[in-house]
Amino acid sequence: MSISKRVDEAKTQESSLFTDEVFLEDIRRQMIRFATLQLGDGHLAEDAVQEALIGALKNAASFGGRAALKTWIFAILKNKIADTLRQKQRMVNASSLLREGDEEEELSELFDRKGFWQPDERPVAWGNPEASLREGQFWQVFEACLEGLPPKQARVFMMREFIELDANEICATVELTTSNLHVLLHRARLRLRECIENKWYLEGEKNVELS
Amino acid sequence: MLNCHDATRLMSESQERSLSAMERISLKLHVMMCSGCHNFKEQMGAMRLMTRTYAKRKNDQADKE
Repeated sequence: MSISKRVDEAKTQESSLFTDEVFLEDIRRQMIRFATLQLGDGHLAEDAVQEALIGALKNAASFGGRAALKTWIFAILKNKIADTLRQKQRMVNASSLLREGDEEEELSELFDRKGFWQPDERPVAWGNPEASLREGQFWQVFEACLEGLPPKQARVFMMREFIELDANEICATVELTTSNLHVLLHRARLRLRECIENKWYLEGEKNVELS
Repeated sequence: MLNCHDATRLMSESQERSLSAMERISLKLHVMMCSGCHNFKEQMGAMRLMTRTYAKRKNDQADKE
């Protein structure tokens, strides 16, 4: 087989990723969800996704498969989101996104100086979590908790749990070290867990007592 | 001996990487004795289920629109 023929075949294979409507629609939805969470605005999210996809189409042939393509598309999207945020001046400056200085304070609320749970922060048993999944109201609480995460934690948490990227892909996309990623995900999970417990499980118990 | 902060960190990290034998043993010992961290461990799995279900619901909603 000639080299040029092989190159042609590779190109056909790659561009077919973009003609695969299911793949494209799937990834577009994930992108919209991700961008909406980051930007807090559906229209801005649509715009960012549109631009990222157009940018991706231009270079689709140079990518070796779905996983690589997906990682790369999200890298472009992340840049678009950063641009949009800068324009909106939602951030005082770019570094505030990196610092999130209130983080330490948050952890000392959860743990005492020796690193053990504060008595009123110790996780309680959630009973049967599957039952909650069937309740419409639970999802409002869940969404509010998700939106309450600091932006950088929310971003990596979404990449990990929604888009289901692995740790290496996330680190490459948002230029984090592995240990930074672990710290951010740990905090996101601590915070989300606490919020769900307080707003759903403990509130729920109160409601039961009242009724 | 692990404290709860380190135990929750290991439980979180175990979702991204495999823990070393030493880490697994010390975590196991801590979780056996600490009800808070025992609950936390169960909730890590529950939260992953919630997040995936949430994502699926969002997709289904988008399909209906």
